Amino acid sequence: MRNDPAVKLIDSKGLRVDGRRLDELRPIKMEVGILDKANGSAYIEHGKNKILAAVYGPREAHPKHIALADRAVVRCRYHMAPFSVDERKSPAPSRRELELSKVIRESLEPAIMSEYFPRATIDIFIEVLQADAGTRCAGITAASLALADAGIPMRELVAACAAGKIEGKVILDLSDIEDKKGEADLPVALLPKSNVISLIQMDGSLSDEEFRQALDLSTDACRKIYEMQREALKLKYHIVRDGTEDKEEMAEVKA
Amino acid sequence: MSATQQFSPVAKLEQKTVVDLILKGKRVDERGPLDYRPLTIMLGTVEKANGSAYVYLGKTKVLAGIKVETGTPFPDTPDEGILTVNSEFVPLASPTFEAGPPNENSIELARVVDRGIRESKAIDLKKLCIDPGKKVFMVFVDVYVLDHDGNLIDAAAMAALGALVSAKMRAFEVHNGELKYKDEKIPLPMLNYPVPTTSVKIDGTIVLDPCLEEEQVMSCRLTVTTDKDDKVCAMQKGGLGVFTPDEVKQIVSTSISKSRDLREKILSKVK
Repeated sequence: MRNDPAVKLIDSKGLRVDGRRLDELRPIKMEVGILDKANGSAYIEHGKNKILAAVYGPREAHPKHIALADRAVVRCRYHMAPFSVDERKSPAPSRRELELSKVIRESLEPAIMSEYFPRATIDIFIEVLQADAGTRCAGITAASLALADAGIPMRELVAACAAGKIEGKVILDLSDIEDKKGEADLPVALLPKSNVISLIQMDGSLSDEEFRQALDLSTDACRKIYEMQREALKLKYHIVRDGTEDKEEMAEVKA
Repeated sequence: MSATQQFSPVAKLEQKTVVDLILKGKRVDERGPLDYRPLTIMLGTVEKANGSAYVYLGKTKVLAGIKVETGTPFPDTPDEGILTVNSEFVPLASPTFEAGPPNENSIELARVVDRGIRESKAIDLKKLCIDPGKKVFMVFVDVYVLDHDGNLIDAAAMAALGALVSAKMRAFEVHNGELKYKDEKIPLPMLNYPVPTTSVKIDGTIVLDPCLEEEQVMSCRLTVTTDKDDKVCAMQKGGLGVFTPDEVKQIVSTSISKSRDLREKILSKVK
């Protein structure tokens, strides 16, 4: 599938299939606190990705034997809805989803002050309602908002974005077709204030130099996404504080 | 669901020794920070498999076996053979391994090995097509972890590569979609040779090829797989710590040069 010459991913003006520049993010919308029962929740639209994240906890560990004496156990489930992709996906967790649950947990845990809640669990659920490349990154961005919304003490928010390569050029934030036909995908999660990376994966083919470019591109984008996260959180708590909570006014932050 | 894992309390007591050594630029097994443990690789140890490799990486032991069978291609790649990588953390390898379905660590390992082979296009899968859309060869790579003394990903991937480059399948002809085997044996159609190296961060210091004691005190690890042209083809970060962007860039550069030596060592075994 890769390097199919019939498909042009970059046109003569240097624009991509969806009209973006090489270093341009897709439109992003975030909304905080949209589920009633969860302790914290968030919804994100990142391009055509539509993802819900919810946090339950800190709550008593169940079953009890999983509890840790000196910190909370953080649990994470990344899951894709059967209708989220072109061909129906079986609802049973795939090996990919199991791996992503692990790396997403490991990307969020550095930000969570789990030492405040010994013997408890903090449960993070990410449901991908529609997938269009970059779901793990958008899922991390949303889950980090849901954690903050649940009032869980955090060192800082976690923002995530992928970079990659198509037709020999390093680009930001791959769409579905760019991911399938492109030459590399590099998802990165950043703790922007301390400028440290909590998730990095890569597949494809990048030279040392291309890798450095792609990493800089994705970390810069994470910082932009972080500003949007702050706005989304502020908007929710601003509305709550003013007592003007209203469905129509609920946080909609456009990129 | 993926949950925070508990380390054994012994690891916490050993922690200080391991960390103190690393801060002095030394290691528990007297290596330098960027030294790899001795690598021994034996090819063809399991005759019934199409290919096999037994890797010793220090005290870590991993066996990989290749089986080639026929099957139906995936609908989105009707003219390509199928590559499947699986791993087994067999309970005899470590007191922490339990029998049963693969856990997330085992799945992660298999998927990182798989990514390296797939993304570097190590196997020419188009050459494994018999009848497009109907019948193709399937290459099964099964990784058996036999003794866990750290850095399973690198040991597993090198065993998988060794097994693949030494594997033999029956020569075949295709007439009107009919598969006919010939008498002689041929190697798998290999195009590339991906090799990973894993680095870990311990108290702010980066060391290569962690042994088990070091893995138990690491804050995080980064595996970088590079191919024969020095291109990075797969990466995976693990663990609850964080890397700075500069640390990541440094690790990638180190990995590229280290992988060259390891690749040469593996390929020199194949006649």
